[in-house]
Amino acid sequence: MTAVLEVHGLEKRFGGIVAVAGVSFELKEGEILGIIGPNGSGKSTLFNCILGQLRPTAGDVRLDGRTVTGMRPCDLNRLGVSRTFQLLQIFPQLSVRENLILAGQEHKGTMLSRLFGPRDAGLSARADEMLGFFRLGPLADELAGGLSYGQQKLLDAAMAFMAGPRLALLDEPAGGVNLTMLASLRDRLKAINAEFGATFVVIEHNMEFVMALCHRILVLAEGRIIAQGDPAEVRRDPRVIEAYLGHA
Amino acid sequence: MTRRLLACVALAAIAAFLVAAPFAFKPYGVFILSMWAVMSIAAIGLNLTLGFAGQVSLAQAAFVGIGAYVTAYLTTRGWPFWSTYALAGLVCFAIGWLLGYPALRVQHHYLAFVTLAFTTLVYLVFRNEEWLTGGIYGISNIPRPSVLGWPMDAPRAFYWFCLAHLVLVSLAAWWLIRSPWGRAFVALRENPVRALSLGVDTRRYTLMAFALGAGLGGIAGALYAPLVQYIDPSPFALGLSLNLLLMVVVGGSGYFFGPFLGAMVAVLLPEWLRFTEGYYLMAYAVLVIVLMVFCPAGLLGLAERIWRPRPLPRAATAEPSAPPVSAS
Repeated sequence: MTAVLEVHGLEKRFGGIVAVAGVSFELKEGEILGIIGPNGSGKSTLFNCILGQLRPTAGDVRLDGRTVTGMRPCDLNRLGVSRTFQLLQIFPQLSVRENLILAGQEHKGTMLSRLFGPRDAGLSARADEMLGFFRLGPLADELAGGLSYGQQKLLDAAMAFMAGPRLALLDEPAGGVNLTMLASLRDRLKAINAEFGATFVVIEHNMEFVMALCHRILVLAEGRIIAQGDPAEVRRDPRVIEAYLGHA
Repeated sequence: MTRRLLACVALAAIAAFLVAAPFAFKPYGVFILSMWAVMSIAAIGLNLTLGFAGQVSLAQAAFVGIGAYVTAYLTTRGWPFWSTYALAGLVCFAIGWLLGYPALRVQHHYLAFVTLAFTTLVYLVFRNEEWLTGGIYGISNIPRPSVLGWPMDAPRAFYWFCLAHLVLVSLAAWWLIRSPWGRAFVALRENPVRALSLGVDTRRYTLMAFALGAGLGGIAGALYAPLVQYIDPSPFALGLSLNLLLMVVVGGSGYFFGPFLGAMVAVLLPEWLRFTEGYYLMAYAVLVIVLMVFCPAGLLGLAERIWRPRPLPRAATAEPSAPPVSAS
């Protein structure tokens, strides 16, 4: 079985600074991979290079064996790769349901057929299904900007799954979310993984969250992978402890 | 349901008033009303580009000018009005598309400067390319069209002609902003980076927002030329672009009905203030300043604040709707 995502020798330099220094990994279908590492270790830059927001200096990215390095984010998204951002990114002036419909509408037909074709095309039904799944149903007609921070985070995640992606990259989904909401988010992500076989990569600082959610963890420091393995292995790895706490 | 009914009744009343209005005015008043209808069309176009898609443009006067010159040049050479009308819209659509390219690289005030330069450039072409545009002498004796054999020469007839166009353009704009394109335009305004990551081809939508706005500017120009029957370069200078921007912002940028109100403020209000004689432009300027200071979201933003006071976002909605999260 080929890997869903293959990253090969990925490198990104900003002038003299090497943000990502030759990272390679593979992701199997249905896997949840966590990426952890101290601030500035290159996690978000790695995401941005994989997703076409930044052009990598070297290396390549393959999706289902097909090279997608440097492809535009919108084209990549239509191939089934979705993401969330480290900072919350929703559309505050659209209703919660409209946010989701937007997340799905560009995946079918052409620009012209979207204007002249049927207006809905099953999108609101799908949006309501996602809202139900993420337990946001009662808020469907509220403006997204009026939701609490945790609810907006759930919406943000729901948008990433609206189009039924092959692969989702979530950048700090738990950042700033309170404890009840966190349990709910973890539970929903696990359910998506179990029910739909969705494959994710999750960047997260909340160790408890990562350990409970992920099958496998990569530890990044100064742009390199310094350790990887299942949660228990990573937790015991002396290099990880050193990267986080400094030299003993 | 009752709210929808109320809205329909209000719209019908306004429509009846607008149709009957010219009977209450002398020809000059009817001319001003026609100008309001034409400027509303141009402002609807700019509202698509700026209000919905969030792309600042100071080029709308240039498109009104191009539309007017295309119509004036061709109709005075015997072309039928409808073909020049369509051509004016299409030419502006195409030029608007091209003008959208800089918007892919620069935003906000930088984009304003790029479009400002474009307006100046177009103005210079109107003034200097005498062989084409008649230079400062302009183009005169622009004929008014006829519809199904009925001439639109009389002021009232031409006003109704403009009003009918305004209705058609409004319906089309309403249809457009409620389509997936309208949603994509708002996404472009609110968060282009996120929109791109959700599969929205922001490049194509940005160009389309410019092209559609420009096309409506061209259509406004195609009506402007037979309305005034004589055009020269001066009305299409930067002043008109700023005035159209004022219409969109004062009416309420990103509100569907904003341009109609904004065009009223910009076209009709100065006339209503004429009783103050020499002070009317000053009074007008002061009113606009006061409005912008106290209500930067425009007249419709003000109306929304009065009629629909929004609950404090977080405190009011977060707690009562806790059930969706406590389920796990």
